[in-house]
Amino acid sequence: MTNSIGEVENSQLMFVIGSNTTETHPVISYRMRRAKKKGATLIVADPRRIELAEYADVFLQLLPGTNEALLNGMLHVIIEEGLVDKEFIQERTEGFAAVAETVKKYTPEYVETITGVAADDLRQAARLYGEAESAAIFYTMGITQHTKGTNNVLAVANLAMATGNLGKPSSGVNPLRGQNNVQGACDMGGLPNVITGYQKVGDSATMEKFEKSWSTKLNPEPGLTVPEIFSAVLQGEIKALYIMGENPAISDADLVQVHAALDKVDFLVVQDLFLTETACRADVVFPAAAFAEKDGTFVNTERRVQRVRKAIDPPGEAKPDWLILNELAAELGLNWKYDQAEDIFNEITRLTPSYAGISYPRLDREGGLQWPCPSPDHPGTRYLHQGQFTKGKGSFVPVEYRPSAESVDEDYPLLLTTGRNLYNYHTGTMTRHCDCIAEYKTEELIQVNYADAQDLGIEDGDLVTVSSRRGTIEARVHVADIVPRGVIFMTFHFIEAAVNMLTGHALDPVSKTPELKVTAVRLAKKA
Amino acid sequence: MISLTINGLNVEVEPGDTILQAAEKLGIRIPTFCYEPELSQVGACRMCVVEVEKARTLVASCCTPATEGMVVQTDTERVFEARRANLSLLLASHPLDCLTCEKTGSCKLQDYCYDYGISESDFKGERLEHALDDTNPFFVRDMNKCILCGLCVRKCDEINGAAAIEFMNRGFDSKVTTFFDDPLEESTCVFCGMCVDSCPVGALTPKESMRGGRSWQLSSVKTVCPYCGTGCGLELFVRDNQVVGVKGDKESPANNGHTCVKGHFGTGFLKHPDRLKNPLVRKNGELVESSWEDALRLVASKLKEFKPSEIAGLASARATNEENYLFQKLLRTLGTNHIDHCARL
Repeated sequence: MTNSIGEVENSQLMFVIGSNTTETHPVISYRMRRAKKKGATLIVADPRRIELAEYADVFLQLLPGTNEALLNGMLHVIIEEGLVDKEFIQERTEGFAAVAETVKKYTPEYVETITGVAADDLRQAARLYGEAESAAIFYTMGITQHTKGTNNVLAVANLAMATGNLGKPSSGVNPLRGQNNVQGACDMGGLPNVITGYQKVGDSATMEKFEKSWSTKLNPEPGLTVPEIFSAVLQGEIKALYIMGENPAISDADLVQVHAALDKVDFLVVQDLFLTETACRADVVFPAAAFAEKDGTFVNTERRVQRVRKAIDPPGEAKPDWLILNELAAELGLNWKYDQAEDIFNEITRLTPSYAGISYPRLDREGGLQWPCPSPDHPGTRYLHQGQFTKGKGSFVPVEYRPSAESVDEDYPLLLTTGRNLYNYHTGTMTRHCDCIAEYKTEELIQVNYADAQDLGIEDGDLVTVSSRRGTIEARVHVADIVPRGVIFMTFHFIEAAVNMLTGHALDPVSKTPELKVTAVRLAKKA
Repeated sequence: MISLTINGLNVEVEPGDTILQAAEKLGIRIPTFCYEPELSQVGACRMCVVEVEKARTLVASCCTPATEGMVVQTDTERVFEARRANLSLLLASHPLDCLTCEKTGSCKLQDYCYDYGISESDFKGERLEHALDDTNPFFVRDMNKCILCGLCVRKCDEINGAAAIEFMNRGFDSKVTTFFDDPLEESTCVFCGMCVDSCPVGALTPKESMRGGRSWQLSSVKTVCPYCGTGCGLELFVRDNQVVGVKGDKESPANNGHTCVKGHFGTGFLKHPDRLKNPLVRKNGELVESSWEDALRLVASKLKEFKPSEIAGLASARATNEENYLFQKLLRTLGTNHIDHCARL
């Protein structure tokens, strides 16, 4: 998020696109509803009539995979009606002319043919966004899990920059991060191309700094991303895989390929709380401590580094992941010296400029700190890009609409889009082992529109098969109007109805994010 | 600034501040049931009444703005008797099962009865006979213990926005319930548990906390929720190495004490019998228990067999920063940059 969670409540306008906030980020959605009650305007764009749509001033029910067309259309109207922030564009950005040229053809009428959103609704949304004194955009995986996810994000940024809606309180671009420490895992260099604080692999000064600190020689070539790693396993290029606290055997796209890779890899180590579907396939499984059983830090979606504190001992001989890694390093002959989590954190802050001012005592005292926090006397950063973008001038990048990798045909006439529900989390390793939640949400329920259900002779609660070009699964249906005709929705929480058996491995060329939001499928009542 | 006198002490407050806020500034304790600073003030419980010079009646300090020159007394005989009468009325139909009630030790009704020397009600009459509602798996509702302060109603409406519950009926028959008095599961309730946290008495009890321990037997630890990226601060309550209760951490800037169902009721996995307790190593096709020493030695020796480019690792969006840092440090030290995690999921 460029803004903070605390700023949501004071928003004048909220534009929520591709985020079912009430189910995926409930506490943030409480703030949105409070803002709405205080008089804020709410625009919601989503293929599903999600709960937020009920409170929206304008609801744009776009077809899955058409975000960039919708965003271009909004910018078209904003430019045409003179609602751009000329001063902001002039002083703080570059490349606006090319974007203005690109969006010329995205008239609301043309956009309607792509998105299915009525031209007048788009105009109204664009005017509201363009006229607002301050406006905040919120998005999640509905924007990113596409083969054009990067373009979608660029289109979001174009819209925000053209209207000067960045670098102010309650005004910015806010991807809501989905996992408790996904921000931290990225910050820490859990990525193939960057080390901590996004310092680039291959950059000579960075390499030199880490080589010196770690007393080792580092490889200057960026590595592979998750989907590329699984492909490389299948091609025999990667032979050993070490997985810490992830369950790709359910969570990742195109499970047929993922399972094949997990079965093929010569040596698989898994570190987890339970014998997950991934751990079952391992050669060695290390029992890990859970969040309440260890010390450390998590970083939330507003870049706030917060202390995780040990409340209880882990069961049996389970150990915190950091301790397991520490002991493995010793076994590998590495001379690591960490007695506690804080020792590791101090090394991180020494090597990471955006974390340099953060320490455990400060976190205890100040209740978390938002990076960048470059020095011990820096208060942390509530919102980004104030006065100037981190990189200097903000770049407009033109984005053209192109279709998703998959489209419907006679054999696969429905579009499947995936996500989460409120009660469960990812592959259910934690939530499905909580008795009360497991009792309340027992199985996957595919959301199917009334009209589609009628056409297929399916009733609420019926067991159906869902098939894509890759596989077939079974689950019961929930017939409802939350999904429009032609679209069905499933979560990825339940192995019994593993939706990723259906999803494909088409990736965004830049971010390598799989297209989990658009899969062509066929539905049939189970005989 | 507005200047007033409470119990003979001068205090200055901002315009719009209440008598209660002014008293808090002086460290004067005033009992309340229906007051929470983040909610609208309704003055329903009348426990916070105080005497104001020249006022016709006692006033509710939680919703009476302080005015210039106001002279307030919080501890007169008249105030004491009024609060005592209030408690006696509340107690008239309140079950006195404090020996087994889950709330004992953290119950405001119990605490105030102690403060005001009440062991039973002065009034004898009809008693509430609501059926216990335990149809949902998260918490039990005992409306016989409800004192109708309305904190749960306002929390649900003003903070969550679900507005799943309201008052039904009038007078003695009043109760907090859902639209059409349906079970919570059939309402707009999303089981965020914030009503449970705000209940001052034993009307709402998390099922997983039952028989978990008295408040004075529990230690508490502040940490961060393990689910979505909001990063809500949670307070875990611990007894005998088990988490027996969870509340939102009011001091956390991420959530101001607010929770969702996963944060509030999603820690049961910690004590699940299927948790892994020993390292496992595959032998003859089966995963069998191993010592740490053997398992670590095996992994170290196997990793040395491969070329760096043949090794890849997945870090974790659920592990701590420290753990992710060490993970990538380990792999990069081995010479591979094939490190990624589920950031795209």
